[in-house]
Amino acid sequence: MTKIIIDGKEYDLDPNLTLLQACEAAGKEIPRFCFHERLSIAGNCRMCLVEVRMGGRPGPKPVASCAQQLRDLPPVKEGQPLHEIVTGSPTVKKAREGVMEFLLINHPLDCPICDQGGECDLQDQAMAYGHDKLERFKENKRAVTEKNMGPLVKTIMTRCIHCTRCVRFAAEVAGVDEIGAIGRGEDMEITTYLEKAVTSELSGNIIDLCPVGALTSKPYAFNARPWELKKIESIDVMDALGANIRIDARGREVMRILPRNNDDVNEEWISDKTRFVWDGLKRQRLDRPYVRKDGKLTEADWPEAFAAIAARFATTKPERMAAIVGDLADAESIKALKDLMTALGVVNLDCRQDGAKIGLAPDGTRGPRAGYLFNSGIASVEAADALLLIGTNPRMEAPVLNARIRKAWLRGNLNIARLGPPADLNYPVCELGNNPADLIAIADGRHAAFETLKSAKHPMLIIGMGALARPDGAAVLAACAKIASATGMIGPEGEAGWNGFNLLHTAAARVAALDLGFLPGQGGRDTAGIVAGAGKGEIDTLFLLGADEIDTRALGKAFVIYLGSHGDKGAHRADIILPGAAYTEKPGTYVNIEGRVQRANRASFPPGEAKEDWTILRALSEVLGRKLPYDSLAQLREAMASDAPHVAQLDKAPGFPPADPAIWRAIGTAGPIDNAHPFVYPISDFYLTNPIARASATLAECSRSSAGRPLASAAE
Amino acid sequence: MSTRRLAPDQPATFAFTAENLAWAKDRIAKYPDGRQASAIVPLLWRAQEQQGGYVTEPMLRYLGDMLGLSYIRVYEIATFYTMFNLAPVGRHLIQVCTTTPCMLRGSDEILDACKKHIGPKPQTVYGEGLWSWMEVECLGACVNAPVVQIGKDFYEDLDGPATERLLDDLKAGRAPKPGPANGRFSSEPLGGATTLKEVKA
Repeated sequence: MTKIIIDGKEYDLDPNLTLLQACEAAGKEIPRFCFHERLSIAGNCRMCLVEVRMGGRPGPKPVASCAQQLRDLPPVKEGQPLHEIVTGSPTVKKAREGVMEFLLINHPLDCPICDQGGECDLQDQAMAYGHDKLERFKENKRAVTEKNMGPLVKTIMTRCIHCTRCVRFAAEVAGVDEIGAIGRGEDMEITTYLEKAVTSELSGNIIDLCPVGALTSKPYAFNARPWELKKIESIDVMDALGANIRIDARGREVMRILPRNNDDVNEEWISDKTRFVWDGLKRQRLDRPYVRKDGKLTEADWPEAFAAIAARFATTKPERMAAIVGDLADAESIKALKDLMTALGVVNLDCRQDGAKIGLAPDGTRGPRAGYLFNSGIASVEAADALLLIGTNPRMEAPVLNARIRKAWLRGNLNIARLGPPADLNYPVCELGNNPADLIAIADGRHAAFETLKSAKHPMLIIGMGALARPDGAAVLAACAKIASATGMIGPEGEAGWNGFNLLHTAAARVAALDLGFLPGQGGRDTAGIVAGAGKGEIDTLFLLGADEIDTRALGKAFVIYLGSHGDKGAHRADIILPGAAYTEKPGTYVNIEGRVQRANRASFPPGEAKEDWTILRALSEVLGRKLPYDSLAQLREAMASDAPHVAQLDKAPGFPPADPAIWRAIGTAGPIDNAHPFVYPISDFYLTNPIARASATLAECSRSSAGRPLASAAE
Repeated sequence: MSTRRLAPDQPATFAFTAENLAWAKDRIAKYPDGRQASAIVPLLWRAQEQQGGYVTEPMLRYLGDMLGLSYIRVYEIATFYTMFNLAPVGRHLIQVCTTTPCMLRGSDEILDACKKHIGPKPQTVYGEGLWSWMEVECLGACVNAPVVQIGKDFYEDLDGPATERLLDDLKAGRAPKPGPANGRFSSEPLGGATTLKEVKA
């Protein structure tokens, strides 16, 4: 520890802190533009200048506090006073005013038409640390041409103050070395190579990082001012990571989505799909019930739709009914649907639209929770020293998690190998080929990867749905569990423990649905069985809770009830449509891959006659004569907690599961692995994985441009 | 110095000649392991020579691929250093130093001579590819100001008429003699040595 005086008070601080961090620890605010906690230090904006007094003498010149650590200061001489950092002296004030004056020489005065206005670091700091009377520069300001950075990031480069945060983010966090500063001196300009779009799924984060209005959101341009927005803290459902988001809404309209800081989940990044999906919330919405009459969907009201369902249910035997939960459903509606279906005696239930062989033990009972979680926890990825990716492409399935893996790799001691088709993950990967049966060889110690995992201190598997959503998925899962046990991946519980057996889900609803047991009951059919049964006429009535990723054309003559928010594949096939709420329109519980229970909040109300999903199910249950025993969300959540107690523990990852061998033997079903069919990644188009994303024009544009097709906006 | 950007018209490809490729490999090998990208400046310099004095866009990609450097990083370097020309130059590139010492010693006369003999605009190729001229920052030969660099040679102690003679020689295909144009040796005083006369070489 180093003793230091900050503005007259003595502190004892970690010598590895920078002067800026030391000042923050002492509660002093230091203005900055280029410094960012999660990026490397550039030290080029000079806004964080402080005075360092050594030996009681005034500092010779101001010091950039972000670029110097406490331990870089010379040792205090015998008998001399401690070094002092002064953050408020006239020297510092003058230095900051000088820096601000330089920055503003070439910064346009277009705040009234700038989207950053109201949340602009430069605006705020000019007010706080600038000079309010000086007007020395009468010269013309420099003008910089706009740069094309793709369909998401709008550039007004005249406003750029060259902090290089975007350059460092792209190179370090996103791992796409595509943004840079060309030219020098006054002619320096930030751009991408020949103005190509940034090929990252995290590119939207540079909008947040930009301290001025140089990089702003293209879809959000000129839409709203920050002070007129209602800011709702919520949870993202675009992937299973459960990124913490802030939804900014004006009236009934979601205007934009921003990340919230959560070091354990998403740090402060979100994927482009999460950030730009909001225009999909306004399109293709189901805003009233529909009933199919004479082959055509016609508008109806709630009682009519319910009556039609009741009539159908009255004539259908429970074994000829089925229900499938989609990828975006909240735990409350899953619970309500499960209770309703159980009350009706339906056992053909499934939440695994992709057919992943998870959640069930070999005997058809529910498998252990550790068998379908990301057991190490997301943050522990940084502790891993050997990682085997099995049939997963984390860059597409959870881009923010991929950034975390890259971060661990950048630190230098993570050894990454992959069993699956090649794909660029923005970090080097040792390719083990794509022979699924190699898993058995690894588990038996007959493969080189076995030794690597065994000798590692914190080995880790990430198993994707590409490896499990196949007929032999249970055998793959069992082989993976065996690898985990055999290589010492399953350590003790608790603080010093470790568990590297990780599944990477692609659906936000999946873990909650598995927790609540939305799985085939005794003798029940799974998704494939339900679809096939419907096609063959063995399933007469099918209830889809936002399930659009199944083959809706194979459902034969089955009577399909679709409860969801968007008119996608499921609604097109449906005979009755019940309009539900999208994830921004309802308070909901989601459980992320690591088993962390998080609550989303309502940012706006569903359109038209649409209602929150669980209330629809509750109302329907009364019509069906199987009234669900809860009248409020609180009661429903209580019922949920009695089913699965951990669902009541919010914002807490479950920690490493017990190392009990019985648990690990109960995961998957040992059996042969089909080597003739290599693993295929579940996501072919990152931008269009769910009904909301498919309704978004922005993401459609991203999908087009990432596929190499010409950009509509390139001619602008 | 004007804004430095790649020229609008670009050749389709670039590749080192066999000789330059061998030289480049030798050069890259001089850097410690994992630091091969540091060879970018000498390689760009040699590539510029091969291209006839300027850097092209395919060249940036070629060198980026060769060194495992992303294209934008090569682009940054090429636009940062003013010794890399981004547009075609003449076979003779006349670089006129106009920094303070040269300016005080009469670089304006040199510029006038260039404008008159070569053409009115800097960074413009005249005489069917024969030559172009440009202003540059300090060439580091202030003791012989004003100075002009042509190719790899310095022509020093110039004035208007001396520059015109120099340019005439170039145009006529003669090879003018580098060094001071006013008769002095190296950077000795104009009238010969004034001190250390008794020391024999």
